[in-house]
Amino acid sequence: MSSNLDALYRRVIMDHYKKPRNRGILEDGSHTINMNNPTCGDRIQLTFKVEDGIVEDCRFEGEGCSISMSSASMMTEAIKGKKVEDALRLSKIFSDMMQGKEIDEDMDLGDIEALHGVSKFPARIKCATLAWKAMERGLTEGEKE
Amino acid sequence: MNIQDIRRQFPILDQEVNDHPLVYLDSSATSQKPIQVIEAVNQYYREYNSNVHRGVHTLGTKATDAYEGAREKVRKFINAKSLEEVIFTRGTTTSLNTVAASYAAANLKQGDEIVITHMEHHSNIIPWQQVAKRTGARLKYIPLQEDGTLSLEDVREAITDNTKLVSVTQVSNVLGTINPIKEIAKIAHEHNAVIVVDGAQSAPHMLVDVQDLDCDFFAFSGHKMCGPTGIGVLYGKKHLLENMEPIEFGGEMIDFVHLYESTWKELPWKFEGGTPIIAGAIGLGAAIDFLNEVGLEQIAEHDHKLAAYAMDKLSSVEGITIYGPHDAAKRGGLVTFNLTDVHPHDVATVLDAEGIAVRAGHHCAQPLMRWLNVTATARASFYLYNTEEDIDRLSEGLVKAKEYFSDVF
Repeated sequence: MSSNLDALYRRVIMDHYKKPRNRGILEDGSHTINMNNPTCGDRIQLTFKVEDGIVEDCRFEGEGCSISMSSASMMTEAIKGKKVEDALRLSKIFSDMMQGKEIDEDMDLGDIEALHGVSKFPARIKCATLAWKAMERGLTEGEKE
Repeated sequence: MNIQDIRRQFPILDQEVNDHPLVYLDSSATSQKPIQVIEAVNQYYREYNSNVHRGVHTLGTKATDAYEGAREKVRKFINAKSLEEVIFTRGTTTSLNTVAASYAAANLKQGDEIVITHMEHHSNIIPWQQVAKRTGARLKYIPLQEDGTLSLEDVREAITDNTKLVSVTQVSNVLGTINPIKEIAKIAHEHNAVIVVDGAQSAPHMLVDVQDLDCDFFAFSGHKMCGPTGIGVLYGKKHLLENMEPIEFGGEMIDFVHLYESTWKELPWKFEGGTPIIAGAIGLGAAIDFLNEVGLEQIAEHDHKLAAYAMDKLSSVEGITIYGPHDAAKRGGLVTFNLTDVHPHDVATVLDAEGIAVRAGHHCAQPLMRWLNVTATARASFYLYNTEEDIDRLSEGLVKAKEYFSDVF
C-alpha cells in the first residue's frame, strides 16, 4: 500500500501489539492508575511497583488500537528498572517525539524509536501518548492506599 | 436524481486526499455543503450583514427578513403548525438540553419516570441523567432486540402511568435503526407523557412531518443536512412551549426589563436570547431549498439503496461484523462494522491512506457500545452525493486493511 502507512505501522509496533509485554495487573503494586481517551474509547490501567525511587515492575491492562496498545507495551518495557525521575524524563522525550521535535538525548530509546512515525499522523498521536500520560500521572500522584 | 449533477454542486468532493480521489463516508458526523449554502452564507456577510429585530435600517430589515424567512422554510420542512413552534438553536444537543432544562426540570418530580432507549446518542442520555438527579425522577431504558431494533412490546412495558417524558432517536447514529416514532408517541400519549424525538439522523434523510408523528418536541441539526455548523432547531408544540421558561436570558428575548423583574417576548423569540445565529439560519434555509429541490423522498430512497448495496458488498469482506438491522429496509443510510483483529482506528487510518473518510470510535454512544460488547466500531455513512462506486472503494479498502494487518504479523 503505502510507505506512509509503513512508517506508522512498523513491524516492531505490530510485534508489541500482537505479543504485548507486561500485560496484566500487579497484585502487589504500589501505584494504580486508570486513564481513558474519551474521544475514542481506548482505556488503560497501569499498576506499578516502586521501591526506593525505582520502578521495579509495571503492568498494563486495557483496550485500544494497535498504536495505543503497542505504545503501552513499549512504555512498560522501557521504564522497568528505571528511576522514577528517568521514567518521567523518558515520558518528556516521548512527548517531544510525538510533537515532531528534534530529540537531543543520550537515553537509549530502544523499541520506542519505532513510534516516531506516529508524529506524522496527527489523528493518532493521542493513541500513542495515552499510556505515557497515565504513567506520568501514576508516578507523580499519590500512592495506592 | 442525477448523482453526478448533485456531486458537481459540492466543491469539496472534487479533490484528492492522500493521492486518491476523496470518498467521503462520514455524513452522519457532518454532511458536506453544496455551493448554494456556501454562497448564501457568503452573500449575507458580503451584502447585508446586520443584526436582526433591531433598528430600522435597510440592511437590518433585509437580515431580519432572511432570518425569519429561514424559519418559515424550516416550518414547512417539518410541517409544524406555526412559526411560533420553530426555535433556532445551536444544534440537536442544545435543543435537547433546552427541553431538559426548561420543560423537564419544571415538570418532573420524585417518582416520575423518564424513558429513553439503549441506542441513544450521549446528547439524548446525559440531559435526562441530569434531570433525574435534580428532580428525583427515575431514568429508564427500553432494551434492544438482538438486531438492534425496538419492539413495541418493550416500549409498552417501559412506559407506565408514572412516565412523564419519553425521548427516542428517530434513526440510530450507530445501528442505523429507524424507530417507529408514531407508534411510540401514541403509547407515550396514552400515559399522558410527552415525547421528545432526536431527529439529528432522520431530518437530513427522510420526510419528517411533526404533526403526523404527533411528537411533542423534535430536535435536529443543520450541519448534518447540508447546512452550516452551529445552527439547529427545536420544534415544540405551542401549548408546551408557551408554558416553558427560557433558559438563556439577555438581549433579544425580552419584552420589558425593569429593575427587578422582566417579561419575555412571545414565541419563538423568548427562547432565542442574544444575537441569534443569523448566517447559520440563512445557510440552513438554503440547505432546505436545496434538499427540497432534490426531493427528500428521492434522497431517502437513494440512502436505502446505498445501505442495501453496502450491506451486501461488505458482508463479503472476510472477518467483517456488521451491526444493526440486517434488513436494509429497516435502516437509514449508514453501516457500522468491525473487522476481526483490526481495531477500528487502524481500519480508519488505512482507509484514510486510500482517500476514504469513515468514522471510528464510540460515536458518542458508549452505553450502546457496551450493549454491542465492543469499545469502538467503524462507520460508513451515506448521503445524496455518494455512489455505489464509493462503496466499492470502501470494500476494496477494507480488504487492503485486512491484508495489511495480516501481512505485518
